[in-house]
Amino acid sequence: MPAQSSKIRNLLRRFGLILSFLLLALALTLLSDRFLTSANIINVLRQSTINGIIAIGMTYVILTAGIDLSVGAILALSAVMTANLLQGGTAVPLAIIIGLGVGAGLGLINGLIITKANVPPFVATLGMMTIARGLALTYTGGRPITGLPDSFRTIGTGVVGGVPVPIILAGAAFIIGAVLLTKTAVGQYILAIGNNPVAARYAGIAVHRYTTFVYVLAGALSALAGMILIARLDSAQPTAGLAYEFDAIAAVVVGGTSFAGGQGGLGGTLVGVLIIAVLNNGLNLLNVSSFYQPVVTGVVIAVALLLHRALR
Amino acid sequence: MAGISKAFPGVQALQDVNFEMARGEIHALVGENGAGKSTLMKVLTGAHLPDAGQISWRGQPAAIHAPADAQALGIGMIHQELSLIPYLTVGQNIFLGREPRWKLPGFIDWKKLYAQTQDLLDRLNLDVNPRAEAQGLSIAQQQMVEVAKALSLNADLIAMDEPTSSLTDKETEVLFAMMRALKAQGVAIIFISHRLEEVFEISDRVTVLRDGRHIATRPTAELDHNKIVELMVGRELGDIYAYSPTEQRDVVLETADLSDGDELKGVSLQLRGGEILGLAGLIGAGRTALAETLFGIRPAAAGDIKLAGQPVKIRSPKQAIQHGLGFVPEDRKLQGLFLHMAVRENVLLSGMDLVATLGFINSGKANGLVQGFVDKLDIRTPSLQQEVRNLSGGNQQKVVIARWLALQPRVLILDEPTRGVDVGAKAEIHALMRQLAEEGVGILMISSELPEVLGVSDRILVMHEGRITGELTREEATQDKIMRAATGVVHHGI
Repeated sequence: MPAQSSKIRNLLRRFGLILSFLLLALALTLLSDRFLTSANIINVLRQSTINGIIAIGMTYVILTAGIDLSVGAILALSAVMTANLLQGGTAVPLAIIIGLGVGAGLGLINGLIITKANVPPFVATLGMMTIARGLALTYTGGRPITGLPDSFRTIGTGVVGGVPVPIILAGAAFIIGAVLLTKTAVGQYILAIGNNPVAARYAGIAVHRYTTFVYVLAGALSALAGMILIARLDSAQPTAGLAYEFDAIAAVVVGGTSFAGGQGGLGGTLVGVLIIAVLNNGLNLLNVSSFYQPVVTGVVIAVALLLHRALR
Repeated sequence: MAGISKAFPGVQALQDVNFEMARGEIHALVGENGAGKSTLMKVLTGAHLPDAGQISWRGQPAAIHAPADAQALGIGMIHQELSLIPYLTVGQNIFLGREPRWKLPGFIDWKKLYAQTQDLLDRLNLDVNPRAEAQGLSIAQQQMVEVAKALSLNADLIAMDEPTSSLTDKETEVLFAMMRALKAQGVAIIFISHRLEEVFEISDRVTVLRDGRHIATRPTAELDHNKIVELMVGRELGDIYAYSPTEQRDVVLETADLSDGDELKGVSLQLRGGEILGLAGLIGAGRTALAETLFGIRPAAAGDIKLAGQPVKIRSPKQAIQHGLGFVPEDRKLQGLFLHMAVRENVLLSGMDLVATLGFINSGKANGLVQGFVDKLDIRTPSLQQEVRNLSGGNQQKVVIARWLALQPRVLILDEPTRGVDVGAKAEIHALMRQLAEEGVGILMISSELPEVLGVSDRILVMHEGRITGELTREEATQDKIMRAATGVVHHGI
């Protein structure tokens, strides 16, 4: 029965990811008595919010068989612009909306270059990465913008009902993202485009429009992540978010979303984000040299990919 | 080649075929689409292994297990799709992987390579710079470079699959002159063509295949057009086509001089509601181009489309759907299906508006709608959540058809609706088409299978080289008449 075996394989694929996460957590609990404490768990979650929010957009992009290398640079440019507006006295809600708009706008440019000019996503977003980063440096003269209004800083440092605001924001983003992907027509169109862009066009789906949309989404979510970052640090650096695109891609890939597009989802990405965050946290707790940490993370990503391939 | 058989899943492509070539002979291989011509050539050149049969070369049994074996024997093949690498030069293409070496190991002797290339081109009387990049050459020139490549392998037998299909008349003449020159040098050529006039012009002998069987091999001089067509189609219609005419209603689709500036060269047609209009012709005749232009996949370069009497402009499939058109494309897997998505989503993707409120999919409504079509079309699937790639070809095709039925189109275009579909599902799809016609839908069916065209259609149009070359009522249509129009015999006034 092909149905039965594919069902089992499907379960194994999801189950395997959560299982490895639990094994990792179990190992760290045994190795360090500081791991399984509420303070540490809140800490891990807070640290994973920025990568988590970016990885939501990245999941959508990779589901269309695309890639977005510009998320870190978009984060930086929208963050310094928001910080500058705030220091200039712009009302906090307006500054946030403008900042998100900058992120979405840069994503829109990505999307239009990819769909209308038919430039491969890797190349288009590589260009955007260097341009946005350069603009962020130019805009600030290379200096950080420090000292933001307290009401703005709430989104990075506030706590509601014992839960830090960034965790609430990231959780909400995941839920909205997952609902959009699985429960709406738009989500199915995006999966369809990733699955077979030719058939999607033949089926009357506006392929260009929805492909552009995922880059807009990725840009806006990068801007949101940037705001949480600068609110927490009370400072917007033009070099903020450097190489964040790779953390996000790593989380998506560990989470089982296929680079070929059309297969995967946000549940996997969430676990992927948490695996990477817990791993880094554990290595810190175990006093592993920070030079070795990327090596370990890299090995984990490679192993995760090999497992996904074996289970496919 | 003696007693060659080859089966693919669901198809007996070749059945006990005998074929022989003499030195310095030009031998034409003809037959309908799917008659087994290409498969036979692929067996000869090592791309397919035969299930049974023996190939002999110069009187000795030959073991051809791979293209390299055929090459080593001196058998070359020029495929319909050319395989030159655009950014390499003519010389680099010809000697790719076999470049003459310089004194130092690993270095290429470019001087020698280009000198040898020039010799080959001279042999073909081909005025092309060996150092020119392949992408700058015309299709005809590229073809000749492929021939030069075959010659560089010391080929004594060259098989050419539809070499003239994309050539102009003048280029064809140049190709024929080259073929005659090769023949004079003792090279044997197998020539596959759908154009009978060319077969008469160039070939010494003709072999006809039909349904994977060898029908006849005769000297060309003993044959005429009618005889070849007779040999090509001479089979009885099966009785699997139960035909009952439906009431013909008003014209739902009309085109005037429609062209795409490329393959489609001015097509005017009318389709009535309740009518199944069969569109016959050989591969490359422009039938798919017509369907794709109607559906907004290719932009129309000239001409008009009217739907229910209203002129419309269709620039995208989305617009075509809004105007009430549906299109079941030729290549199910490439153009029709989302293989890794569920049956439910595959059926719903074009009609999400039917089951969604403010963009949110109403699961109950969606399941109800899809289950209705699964029942109506008898789509055999364990559940609506089943990934479509696990379904059989016939059920996959029904999924694509169900997607369009959900939208209740006024015009449904089906391109090879039963290709790769088993006999049972085929009959079901035909019955479904008739049922739709009864409901008033206008159906345009493209098919390369003549019995299907004859068995299902109310009226038949035949295309040849981008134009309609024949219109036949159901009563007057015969395989013979269709093949004549499809090979341009009628068109050329013979």
